[in-house]
Amino acid sequence: MLAKRVIPCMDVKDGRVVKGVNFVHLRDAGDPIELAKAYDAQRADEVIFLDITATSEGRKTTVDMASRASEELHLPYCVGGGFRTIDDMRTMIAAGADKVSVNSAAVADPTLLTCAARAFGSQAIVCAIDAHHVAGSRDAWEVYVHGGRTATGMDAVTWACEAARRGAGEILLTSMDRDGSKEGFDIPLTRAVSRAVNIPVIASGGVGKLEHFAEGIIEGEADAVLAASVFHFGTFSIREVKTYLKAQGIPVRL
Amino acid sequence: MIAVVDYCKGNLKSVERGLRAAGGDAQIVDNPVDIAHAEAIVLPGVGAFDDAASYMAASGQMTVIRNSINSGTPFLGICLGMHLLFEHGVEGSSTATGTDGLGIIPGTVQRMPSADAQGTHYKIPHVGWNTVDYRHETALPLCEGIDDHTYFYFTHSYISPRNPYTQATTEHSVAFPSIVDYHHRVFGVQFHPEKSSDAGARVLKNFVDLVAHIHCE
Repeated sequence: MLAKRVIPCMDVKDGRVVKGVNFVHLRDAGDPIELAKAYDAQRADEVIFLDITATSEGRKTTVDMASRASEELHLPYCVGGGFRTIDDMRTMIAAGADKVSVNSAAVADPTLLTCAARAFGSQAIVCAIDAHHVAGSRDAWEVYVHGGRTATGMDAVTWACEAARRGAGEILLTSMDRDGSKEGFDIPLTRAVSRAVNIPVIASGGVGKLEHFAEGIIEGEADAVLAASVFHFGTFSIREVKTYLKAQGIPVRL
Repeated sequence: MIAVVDYCKGNLKSVERGLRAAGGDAQIVDNPVDIAHAEAIVLPGVGAFDDAASYMAASGQMTVIRNSINSGTPFLGICLGMHLLFEHGVEGSSTATGTDGLGIIPGTVQRMPSADAQGTHYKIPHVGWNTVDYRHETALPLCEGIDDHTYFYFTHSYISPRNPYTQATTEHSVAFPSIVDYHHRVFGVQFHPEKSSDAGARVLKNFVDLVAHIHCE
């Protein structure tokens, strides 16, 4: 049976992991590859590097990082952030990324997903969606772009369906309301998207406790669960999370 | 030299690196002459069947690889590279019967059904870690030292047809062939050994050892 995935996410700026990493056994905790190797050793199912670099010089550094990752990692990895064109994605995939994640550029031009899926296959295209709860509504979420700064007026569930239809192979769904809150995933949002699309959904945003990972999978019906700070700060190891999930009857690769 | 065949579809470095780490003299090559002289051929898997098969046919790679396999050269196809061992594939094809593959194993590569026999829906692509379940008790040369039901990394929407060379299956909406073994020389794996941590590294090592053994016979 297909295992549910546990995915650590790293924010990378100019080739370095930002948002503090507190790993004791690493020689260089700011090096994304060193950190990814540590997660690999803990049986992470894949890793995501989110490039938050704004400059073209920094972008080049990220491409170099992706290239090093393909030589040093033995697990799949996705690079997200800042893609505008098919050529941008091609550069990253040629450098060795198994998947690329697109967000704002896909909203601006949804045909980008279609073209990318045709060029690289759906399995290589992740559509990232940042969703914010619509005030006064129980079950409506709005898509935000540009790192959560710009509202689009688009419904998150509708957009997820369109992204899947256009060829995205996975949805990386982040709840802006829960991100950084440590209150757990937005379960109604996760479940709504997961039921609406026929491609895998990665739940993101809000993990603070072990129980939250299980909730995302069992109640949110997510195919994978993503977290950042709880892993970077050593609150839990990947192995602890997986051991917990297995005890809850969830299929995981230990 | 183990030829890692480049058919202009994305990154092959991790496959090349994995084979080298296993002690194999792997090189990424695209020239049919180089492929013809290789002691073993690895066909990695990315892209769509029709794209890859059309490119390989036009470049002359298809004929050379087919001839090498038929004359006993060890072969490992990964993901799409496994699919290409079959007669036909419908992925991206404009014809109903599908585009021609290498035709070593009979059958047509089809899209994975999105529901099982009971009507339960499954997400496609099949992405993530799933178990490889052996069909036989007998020793599998490619799986030496690897336990039954070990997890490997998969990412695909199309599956190989049922065939007599199936050595292991994996279950999603249906049970599909995840390892084929054609006369202990020609292998196909649906998963990505180069992305499957230590178990994947062992598969590549087993292949490299097998190649060395065959050439010593």
